[in-house]
Amino acid sequence: MATIRVGIAESGVVLNPNSVSTLGLGSCVGVTLYDERRKIGGMVHVMLPSTELAKGADFNRSKFADSAVPDLLQQMIRSGADQRRLVAKLAGGAQMFNLGGDTDSLLKIGARNVEACKKALSLLRIPIVAEDTGGSWGRTVELFSESGVLEIRAIGKAKTHI
Amino acid sequence: MTGERRESGNEGFRAPGAEDALERMSDFHLDVLKEVSNIGAGNAATSLSTLLGKAVDMRVSRVVPMPFNEIMEYVGGAERMILSVFVRIEGGISGNMLFVMGREDAQSLVRHMTGRTETREQGFSEMGLSVLHEVGNIMIGSYITALSDFLGFELHPSVPSLAMDMAGAILAFSLSEIGRSGDTAIVIDGALSLDGGALSGDGAGHIFLLPDPESFGKIFQALGVAGNGDH
Repeated sequence: MATIRVGIAESGVVLNPNSVSTLGLGSCVGVTLYDERRKIGGMVHVMLPSTELAKGADFNRSKFADSAVPDLLQQMIRSGADQRRLVAKLAGGAQMFNLGGDTDSLLKIGARNVEACKKALSLLRIPIVAEDTGGSWGRTVELFSESGVLEIRAIGKAKTHI
Repeated sequence: MTGERRESGNEGFRAPGAEDALERMSDFHLDVLKEVSNIGAGNAATSLSTLLGKAVDMRVSRVVPMPFNEIMEYVGGAERMILSVFVRIEGGISGNMLFVMGREDAQSLVRHMTGRTETREQGFSEMGLSVLHEVGNIMIGSYITALSDFLGFELHPSVPSLAMDMAGAILAFSLSEIGRSGDTAIVIDGALSLDGGALSGDGAGHIFLLPDPESFGKIFQALGVAGNGDH
């Protein structure tokens, strides 16, 4: 089994028996898609909620929820996944620092990222079957294409599987 | 602070290279930013020295334009546990500041200041955390004061906030604003030697200044070096 590592604002799709992971999600959100029959798994590491926040026309689509999620879907389809069978899982979207301030600011970016990822999935009619979001701690996540299980690791907490 | 490089072989989308505006910055301008860091972190070193009652040395300032994912390696890997105090700056320039220490260095610092040994496997006692919060607060405050004097700008820092967690989680959040413009940040890193060889870990505290992209022009203008740097 090989593990493909995706960095900030990157995505990856894996076939059985491989896994795809991303390290140290804070306010960022890891969105995963999974086709159980074909055992195809995909993940994107979303950093910001909306392409409306992008300055300049030339931006990395994997960074923003509203472009990253549809692009991941297309990547899954190109790898042989069937959109009608896909299910999604989400992890991350923490608030790493307690900063007060208004909720529109980028200081509350974690919650906004989660909301935006959910909206993007809903527009694509992909059901969210599990999530581990919010809180104030970092998460490392790994999606196993064999089972569709998403493993979540955090400092000082027991490993969980969703 | 270097770590292993992450494995390659990603089938998916790769973040594009350095953003144009940052790539165009000349060596001369990077040197100017290094001087900004020397002044800010130097003042922070003096404050910490007073607080601890012993010498704290300004080690080195590095100014490096780096893609986000390389920044994670620069601080020792996305999963490395770090202790960090975060401040958002608004005013004449805007950006984020972080005071960062490794866990072992933070434990040594608490032991030095309180005479108590932190025994918890992962975390710190309430008192330990409060000491570290205050140290970060003083360090960043001193840095900002020096920066403000040097640039002639009023700077308004947010209330400092402390977190102890994976470096990736802390850094990526701190890069959110910069992420609106590209996938590369200019990391202005001032390293402080807290106690020579007596500390474990890498023995250094780091103060990172991460200006919002629009602020670089203002810094250069304030210092009278707004040209293209071909001196």
